[in-house]
Amino acid sequence: MSGGRLAGRGALVTGGGSGIGRAAALRLAREGAAVAIVDRNETAARAAAEAIVAAGGRALVLPGDVTSDADCRRAVEETTRAFGGLAILFNNAGITRRETILEIREADWDRVMEVNVKAIFLMSRAAIPVMRRAGSGSIINTASGWGLSAGPKAAAYCASKGAVVQLTRAMAVDHGPEGIRVNCICPGDTDTPLLRNEAYQLGEPIDQFLGAASQRPLRRVGTPEEIAEAVLYLASDDASFVNGAALIVDGGGQAGSV
Amino acid sequence: MRLKDKVAIVTGGTSGIGRATALLFAREGARVAVTGRDDRRGREVVAAIERAGGRAIFVRSDVRLAVDCRRTVEETVRTFGRLDILFNNAGVFHPHTTVECTEEEWDDQIDVNLKGVFLMSREALPAMIRQKSGVIVNNSSGWGIVGGDAAVAYCASKGGVVLMTKAMAIDHGRQGIRVNCICPGDVETPMLPDDAKKRGLTWEDYLKGAANRPLGRIGTPEEIAGAVLFLASDDSSFMTGAALVVDGGGAAD
Ligand SMILES: NC(=O)c1ccc[n+]([C@@H]2O[C@H](COP(=O)([O-])OP(=O)(O)OC[C@H]3O[C@@H](n4cnc5c(N)ncnc54)[C@H](O)[C@@H]3O)[C@@H](O)[C@H]2O)c1
Ligand SMILES: NC(=O)c1ccc[n+]([C@@H]2O[C@H](COP(=O)([O-])OP(=O)(O)OC[C@H]3O[C@@H](n4cnc5c(N)ncnc54)[C@H](O)[C@@H]3O)[C@@H](O)[C@H]2O)c1
Repeated sequence: MSGGRLAGRGALVTGGGSGIGRAAALRLAREGAAVAIVDRNETAARAAAEAIVAAGGRALVLPGDVTSDADCRRAVEETTRAFGGLAILFNNAGITRRETILEIREADWDRVMEVNVKAIFLMSRAAIPVMRRAGSGSIINTASGWGLSAGPKAAAYCASKGAVVQLTRAMAVDHGPEGIRVNCICPGDTDTPLLRNEAYQLGEPIDQFLGAASQRPLRRVGTPEEIAEAVLYLASDDASFVNGAALIVDGGGQAGSV
Repeated sequence: MRLKDKVAIVTGGTSGIGRATALLFAREGARVAVTGRDDRRGREVVAAIERAGGRAIFVRSDVRLAVDCRRTVEETVRTFGRLDILFNNAGVFHPHTTVECTEEEWDDQIDVNLKGVFLMSREALPAMIRQKSGVIVNNSSGWGIVGGDAAVAYCASKGGVVLMTKAMAIDHGRQGIRVNCICPGDVETPMLPDDAKKRGLTWEDYLKGAANRPLGRIGTPEEIAGAVLFLASDDSSFMTGAALVVDGGGAAD
C-alpha cells in the first residue's frame, strides 16, 4: 500500500467501530494510512481493525470514550507513538435522540452535546499540538445536514450539529495559519445502525423510514462507503486548499424543496 | 485511474483552472474536449495532454452562443462516442460597483458566467439522460456565497450559478445526473493579475490581501482541479446540489 494517497500517514478515527467511521477507517487504510480506531464498543473496534489488517493495512485498537479527556489524550499519545505521527483526525463518533425539547431529559441533552460537540474539542485539543509540530494536519468533523437545516423531533441533535459546523469554521480560522486544515462533512441519511435506531426511537417501521428518501433527488439513502470517499478527499492533499468548509454529501436533500 | 473510459467537456479550458482541470482529467483516464475562443491556446492544451499520453480535442466555441454549445456537444459525442462529465468553467470578471458597471459589462458577465452554464447544460443533458448517468460541475466562486467589493455583476452571476446548480440537481437527480458546483477563493490564474490591474493595485499588494486568510495564501489551479476531479468522479456518488468551497478558509473567517 506504499503507493496510496495517504501512504505513511497516521490517522485516528473516532466511532470507527461502526457505520461511517468504520467505512472511513477502512478507506483511509486502503490508501496507505495507518489507522487508530477509537470506539466505546471494543468488540466493534476490534472487528474493524481486523478487517483493515486482513486487507493488508495497519490498524490500532483504542477502546475509549471520546467524552473523557483522559481517554482522548491517551488515544492521541498511543497513536502518535505507534505510527510516529498523527496527520489525520476524523472526529466522527456521534449519537442522536429523536425528541423535542419538551420531551428530552436533561441528562440526554447533555450526553448529545458531550459526544457530538465536546468530544471534538477534547480530541482536537490533544491532537493539534502533534500536528503543529509536524507543520501540517487535516481534521475532519462529522456534522450533518441537520447542522445546516433542522428536522423534526431532533432539537438536541440539530443544536449539536449546528455547533459542529461553526466549531469547524472557528478551528479553521485559528489553526489554518499553522498548516492544519479543519473541515466538516454534512451527510444526509446514510444506512448505518444509527439511522436504523432513529426509526426505532420514532416507532416507525424501518422500510417506511428509509423510504422517505425516495422523495429526494437521488431517491435513496447513502452508503457509509460514499461518505467515506468524502472523508478521504478532505484528508488527502487533493483538498490542500480546502479549509473551513462544510461538505454536504446527501443525495441532494439540502438542495431545496422537490 | 479515477475517470477511466469517461468523456469530459471543459469550457474555457485553455487557461487557468480550466486548463489545469483538463490536464488532470486526462491524467485520470478521461478523453477531454477543451473549449475556448482562441485556436492557438486550444491547440497548446491539446498538445500538452497528448504529450502526457492522454486524448483530447479542441472545440472552438463561445459559451454565449447556443449554436456553439450545440456544436461542442455534437463534436464531442461524434469523436468520443459519449458524454459523462461537463465542467462549466468559462468565466469573466469586470470589477465594478453598480454605479460604475456599464450595461455591456453587466451583460457580458451574466451571459458568460450564468447563461453559458444554461446553454451548455441544455445541450449536454439529453446525451447524459440517454445514458442514465452524467455529472455536471459548475464553477461558481466564493463570491457566489458572500459578497465582494466592486463586483456586483460578478456576484450576481455567481450567486445565480449556486442556486441554478441546486435547481438542476433537483430536476435531474432522478435521471441519474449529479450537479454540483465549486466555490473557489482567490486562485493564481490570469484572471487575478488582470483584476489587480483593473483595480490599480500592484500584484504584491493584491497578494497581501490573501496573507490574512487562514491558510495565508492564494490557491493554485491544480488545487481547484482536485476538487473538480472529486465531484466529477464516482467518489462523490452521493453528492448532488452541493457547493464545495475551496478557498483556504476565506469564507469561514
Ligand atoms: N447515519 C446517518 O444518517 C447520519 C447522517 C448525518 C450524520 N451522521 C453522523 O455520523 C456520525 C457517525 O454515525 P453513524 O451513522 O456511523 O452511527 P453508528 O452508530 O453506526 O456509529 C457511531 C459509532 O460511534 C461510537 N460512539 C458513540 N459514542 C461514543 C463515545 N462516547 N465514545 C466513543 N465512541 C462512541 C459507537 O460505539 C459507534 O461505533 C455521527 O456523528 C452521526 O451523527 C450520521
Ligand atoms: N481565479 C480566481 O481567483 C477565481 C476565483 C473564483 C472563481 N473563479 C472562476 O473560475 C473560472 C475560471 O477562471 P480562471 O481563474 O481560470 O480564469 P481564466 O481567465 O484563466 O480562465 C477563464 C477562461 O474562460 C474563457 N472564456 C471567457 N469567456 C468565454 C466565452 N464566452 N466562451 C468560452 N470561453 C470563455 C477564457 O478565455 C479563459 O480561458 C471562472 O468561471 C472564474 O469566474 C476564478
